[in-house]
Amino acid sequence: MDGKPTSRPSPRTNAAAGVEHLSQADLRVETHQVVTAEGTVDEARVPDLADAQFRDLYRWLVLQRTFDERATKLQRRGQLGTYASGRGQEASIVGSAFALADDDWIFPAGREAAALLMHGVSMRDLLLYWRGVEDASRMEGANVFGVAIAIGSQMPMVTGKAWGMQLAGDDAVAVGYFGDGATSTGAFHEGVNFAGVLEVPAVFYCQNNQYAISLPFAEQTGADTVAQKALAYGVDGIRVDGNDVLAVYNAVSTARARAREGRPVLVESVTYRRGAHTTSDDPTRYREEEEVESWAARDPLDRYRTFLGHRDLLDGVDEVAVREEVDAMFDEAVAAADDYPLRDVDEIFVHLYEELTPELARQMEWYRDFLDDHPEMDEYVHQRERG
Amino acid sequence: MTMPRETIVQAVNDALHTEMAADDRTLVFGEDVARSGGVFRATDGLLEAFGEERVRDTPLSEIAIVGAAVGLATHGYRPVVEIQFSGFLPPAFDQLVSNASRIRWRTRGRLTAPMVVRTPYGAGVRALEHHSESLEAAYAHVPGLKVAIPSTPADAKGLLTSAIRDPDPVLFMEPKRVYRSFREEVPDGEHAVPLGEAAVRREGADVTVVSWGAMMHPTLEAVDELGVDAEVVDLRSISPLDRETLLASVRKTGRCVVVHEAAKSGGFGAEVAATVAEDALLYLEAPIRRVTGFDVPVPLLSMEDYYPPQPPRIAAAIEETAEF
Repeated sequence: MDGKPTSRPSPRTNAAAGVEHLSQADLRVETHQVVTAEGTVDEARVPDLADAQFRDLYRWLVLQRTFDERATKLQRRGQLGTYASGRGQEASIVGSAFALADDDWIFPAGREAAALLMHGVSMRDLLLYWRGVEDASRMEGANVFGVAIAIGSQMPMVTGKAWGMQLAGDDAVAVGYFGDGATSTGAFHEGVNFAGVLEVPAVFYCQNNQYAISLPFAEQTGADTVAQKALAYGVDGIRVDGNDVLAVYNAVSTARARAREGRPVLVESVTYRRGAHTTSDDPTRYREEEEVESWAARDPLDRYRTFLGHRDLLDGVDEVAVREEVDAMFDEAVAAADDYPLRDVDEIFVHLYEELTPELARQMEWYRDFLDDHPEMDEYVHQRERG
Repeated sequence: MTMPRETIVQAVNDALHTEMAADDRTLVFGEDVARSGGVFRATDGLLEAFGEERVRDTPLSEIAIVGAAVGLATHGYRPVVEIQFSGFLPPAFDQLVSNASRIRWRTRGRLTAPMVVRTPYGAGVRALEHHSESLEAAYAHVPGLKVAIPSTPADAKGLLTSAIRDPDPVLFMEPKRVYRSFREEVPDGEHAVPLGEAAVRREGADVTVVSWGAMMHPTLEAVDELGVDAEVVDLRSISPLDRETLLASVRKTGRCVVVHEAAKSGGFGAEVAATVAEDALLYLEAPIRRVTGFDVPVPLLSMEDYYPPQPPRIAAAIEETAEF
């Protein structure tokens, strides 16, 4: 033996008889649709909404698009910090939020302006957030967490929040918004897995917009879909056409109902980020214009207009008036944001702990005195210009 | 009042039982904490006493444990989670840095994370790799996170009680090397020791020796053997740091030695030394000395004892400083 085990056979190159393997090729993952890209409506799947609600959905789609356009312009003029637009994802954003209740908690990823506004955040506060005013992250009046800039980091908190809801007996769910990039993080894996174990009312809502900054989805994961990942965690998965607002509404409504019964759901909303990752990004460096145009042809607003036309609801929608209304809201929000008072430097110290620690108090007092003694510091601190 | 004699790990268990009984928002979860009572038995009996809703075994999932605690804390609960060994905490560092420590700040107080992460730390128990780390300085560096490290059973109970009641997140690092090495009287019932207050373990006039956690014991042993009139300060919390007690002692003795188990460079001893240099430099009669682990990973068990400050190394530094 010479201390070595029996020599092994040459490694085999084929499968042994009777050894089965699981393969994603064997999975059938349906993508839920109500209105096809060509405009065909599956009547049986149209959600049971009132005409006014159907029209309201359109108004929200326009609001998301207009908000993104205006915010991007504002950033270009130097009146907003870095901004992440949801252009192309309007149906995915609006349809999901339309399915939620006020008591639900949203954990945003950043592009969901309309979802946050629908959930009760004011447009002024949304602008202030992008102007780097932390006060706005209070998300006053709405069950909305701070935006998860660290991609994927919110997922285990979603599970914890849902666990809290379960313990408290709340009639609500916790909804994590995230993109395809987040699905490669450990926090996603651990958060969803734990939710599956706990059977808590959590909805993990992935807007698969095909890019994590420059990386296309095909290079993000070897998995064909995000939805199938649900199976590995013992939770339910739903895949939906994210440019079909009614389909998204159906998918998230269903997910919410299941989550309420203690079955967490991972929803993959398949959409496309037509704009840059943020205002700091140049997508021409990594993708072809033809690809962007091919998705423009699947525009979620156009598709929904087709549906409204099909239902004879378009007459009730004054396109110009809707845009004017949103523009006026935006103007008003910008004015309110401009009026937001300048803050004292104390603000950066006093919110860290419930009670200032002695060292923090020392630093704050020192800095306050220094600023008093050195008015030239004003040349280095530009609160207003940067928001 | 009866004063039961307890080890550190019993005192931790005592604090958990007492605080869970006092506040039903308090939850305990982590790996193997419920049925098995924790690998060190720190959570023994909690499941039986408080039930499955409040005491729960979790998947092997540090990110999920710490992240879920943040979510629960924002929903009105008081999670006290266990990370089995501090060497397994780094994956969840992101949850501490990105979420727990800043949720209050980022939401201007609307959402808060009153939670405790308990974790045994340090070398000396002949364990496997990644079971011996002392990364306290890394956590103390995170704004918004408090870090407490007891060295005695009474403080283990008192500091953990304060950590559980604290309105902000606290990392509670337990010196597992001395988990069971001695007993002392621990106040029965509710017992709180404030965070951010150091303790003077021994008064003296010639040199201040500063330490915390497991290293308090070789430090006191070295001082006892030396016959130098040393003042020994146990920081107990390194964040917030009790600057006043530290500075008062150094101003009195004019000399300062810091002892910690963690690697030297960037260790919390550097913060102690800088604090003294900034605010008590003119009182110093000798250079500040650090007695620490070396800038290497903690060796496996065959070489482990070379790593942490042992009484002779500590004694040599105190002697040199006192005689400088």
